[in-house]
Amino acid sequence: MQVEVSGSAVISLLVDNESGALARIVELFSGRGYNIQSLTVAPVDEHGSTSRVNIVTTGTQSSIRQVKTQLERLVPVSRVVNLTAEGPYVAREMALVKVVSSGEPRTEALRIAQAFRARAVDTTASSFVFELTGSTDKLDSFIELMRPLGLVEVSRTGVASICRGPQTIQNF
Amino acid sequence: MTRTTGSTTLTAQTTATQPGAEVLLRALVEQGVEVIFGYPGGAVLPIYDALFKQNHIRHVLVRHEQAAVHAAEAYARSTGKVGVVLVTSGPGATNAVTGLLDAMMDSIPLVCLSGQVPTPLIGNDAFQEADTTGITRPVTKYNYLVRKPEDLAPAVHEAFAIARSGRPGPVLIDLPKNITVGDALYVDAKSVTPRTTRMTSEPDRAAIARAVAAMKAGKRPLFYTGGGVINSGPQASKALRKLVDLTGFPVTSTLMGLGAFPGTDRRFLGMLGMHGTYEANLATHDCDVLIALGSRFDDRVTGRLDAFSPNSFKIHVDIDPSQINKIVHVNEGIVGDVGQIIDLMIEEWEKQPAYAHKSDLDAWWAQIEGWRALDCLRFGQDQAPDAVIKPQQAIQRIYELARQTGRDTYVSTEVGQHQMWAAQFFRFDAPNRWLTSGGLGTMGYGLPAAVGAQIAHPDALVMDVAGEASTLMNIQELGTIAQYRLPVKIFIINNHYMGMVRQWQELLHGSRYSESYSDALPDFVKLAESFHATGLRVTRLDQLDATIRQALEHNGPVLVDICVEEGENCFPMIPSGAAHNQMILGPEQEASSATISKEGQMLV
Ligand SMILES: Cc1ncc(C[n+]2csc(CCOP(=O)(O)OP(=O)(O)O)c2C)c(N)n1
Ligand SMILES: [Mg+2]
Repeated sequence: MQVEVSGSAVISLLVDNESGALARIVELFSGRGYNIQSLTVAPVDEHGSTSRVNIVTTGTQSSIRQVKTQLERLVPVSRVVNLTAEGPYVAREMALVKVVSSGEPRTEALRIAQAFRARAVDTTASSFVFELTGSTDKLDSFIELMRPLGLVEVSRTGVASICRGPQTIQNF
Repeated sequence: MTRTTGSTTLTAQTTATQPGAEVLLRALVEQGVEVIFGYPGGAVLPIYDALFKQNHIRHVLVRHEQAAVHAAEAYARSTGKVGVVLVTSGPGATNAVTGLLDAMMDSIPLVCLSGQVPTPLIGNDAFQEADTTGITRPVTKYNYLVRKPEDLAPAVHEAFAIARSGRPGPVLIDLPKNITVGDALYVDAKSVTPRTTRMTSEPDRAAIARAVAAMKAGKRPLFYTGGGVINSGPQASKALRKLVDLTGFPVTSTLMGLGAFPGTDRRFLGMLGMHGTYEANLATHDCDVLIALGSRFDDRVTGRLDAFSPNSFKIHVDIDPSQINKIVHVNEGIVGDVGQIIDLMIEEWEKQPAYAHKSDLDAWWAQIEGWRALDCLRFGQDQAPDAVIKPQQAIQRIYELARQTGRDTYVSTEVGQHQMWAAQFFRFDAPNRWLTSGGLGTMGYGLPAAVGAQIAHPDALVMDVAGEASTLMNIQELGTIAQYRLPVKIFIINNHYMGMVRQWQELLHGSRYSESYSDALPDFVKLAESFHATGLRVTRLDQLDATIRQALEHNGPVLVDICVEEGENCFPMIPSGAAHNQMILGPEQEASSATISKEGQMLV
């Protein structure tokens, strides 16, 4: 038996927008011991009857293949794509980052925010709330840089993802 | 977050509305339901009232909701139909949970209808309210909470489609009382498009061709068949026979697959796995091509994974894509209905160049016959007239004497040593005759399962091979047996121990028999009599056959208390964490030296 390395994967699903559908997905992960790093869900069609769920998970290639086939067994799930395995894709999330500081750290925070193209969506004499959109890595490094500069609170959306080019989740 | 189940077109509806309970029953009738196993209560009274007023569907009143589910499972497994259960809200639904999981693990198609408090009360901790869809989500293939009258009939139709399609399983429909009391429109089945067809695809012919080419190249091939062949229907068992006839390859089966291939056929090696036969396990270990048909590489089958069939090319056919490469990496995975795939394999086998390894196959068979000569199930029964009966002797004689009756026979079991001995000694000629709890190993399954089988097959011989501990877990079903005059034959293999627990304690825990003695047992004969059945007891060898015969000849329910040797162990045994070629054999065979590792102790 060869040892498989763990990696992370972005899985996108189309799901009937019915009560309990999200619970089924989440319970599948917890019940079978798979890991959810982040999860986003919102209706995406014109009638609001289909939701898209994006899940970032970690595991070996074979465990991620298992996750996918297990998800496909769920009745309300109509489509499952492992974007990481299927080719180039875009994955973005948004963070709201609150920094409370004054003096030199406050100036430094603002300077770094500008470098990251983060917007200050709320400003008081002692605080900023920065809004930043980008890849998970970019958000992670921004938050790390803010940590010594008075970071007090973070709120992140989790990843929304889509494949690059003209193809869609429907025609994989 | 509401969505009408499936998609309905309004054209085929009748115009008049009816009470929801009547709509429900109409949908059940359209789905071909003849029998419901159930137990009433406040939240389902409207449904019971509707049942009272009709005569298409027969209701069988059990004595506990868990038993309703097991009875429906046996009904389903022995007929190929969907089993139907009806329980009330709260405790009725929670009592059904074990049965639902049992059906889930063994892929049994069921629809369970549960009552629920009226929708305006949901979430208020109302009397007998339970979050039934929440509780049963992980133990069902799918479940519904019907919140709107227009969802009722489509939910029922889709539930049946889900239960029987793909890998079958249990589906629950939670029915708030205002939905069954209030009016609803009937929608027929053909106006509902169930969401079962979304992920299906055509069988991969190229993969089948590659699989058959690998079979043709095999010098030591082996079929490893499972419950999927039974679920696929009787034609799949026929196709399997044909494939075995064509290839001449040996066959082993899982616990759930017994009967798919005739147990009396020379090419059948018996069950494989933890209590499988010597020849089946060694063949699994040594084969060079392993063809898994509707089986799922359960840990009870594989033993130590890294030593499981280490040198074989593995082919896996399963209707559920998530089973392929789940536990064992296979070389060729084929998704589809196993009966259909076997047919395609037969076609392909006849098309490809003739099998060129006949002499290797003969040598393989010679090796298998050598293993078989060990006679791994042989046991030493003292032949003195007053000798204590060995449990194996009891089970073998039940099998042989039942066979002599020539009657169509259905056998259920409880869980434990007696179950494994029954699996070893009973040889089934046909599928759907063997009713046992495999995946979940639910003590208390056997008695209600016998009820379900006898309801489905009133003229057949239905036997329950039971343990004294297990059978007490649903012993109240003697009441159901009495009420419906079901001529079930219950054979309690009474070893005064939770024998399987005692065996593990002997082998793994220094013979410290912690809490595994069956103390304070009832007098089973009097117990049977108090439930209006015939009770018999046998304690010595010379009365065994006569007692079994007496039971089989009696035309009412009989419970036989067969007092057997207490300390007997079930062999062969692959201890947890050991490989197939490290079996422990019985005292009659040469004791082999499988050492049980610490790691093995942690496995269950
Ligand atoms: C509901 C349930 N509880 C506990 C167990 C664990 N268990 C497996 S076999 C067994 C003993 C069964 O004893 P008995 O019915 O007398 O059968 P025997 O092994 O003696 O033939 C137990 C407790 C189980 N399988 N199911
Ligand atoms: Mg016992």
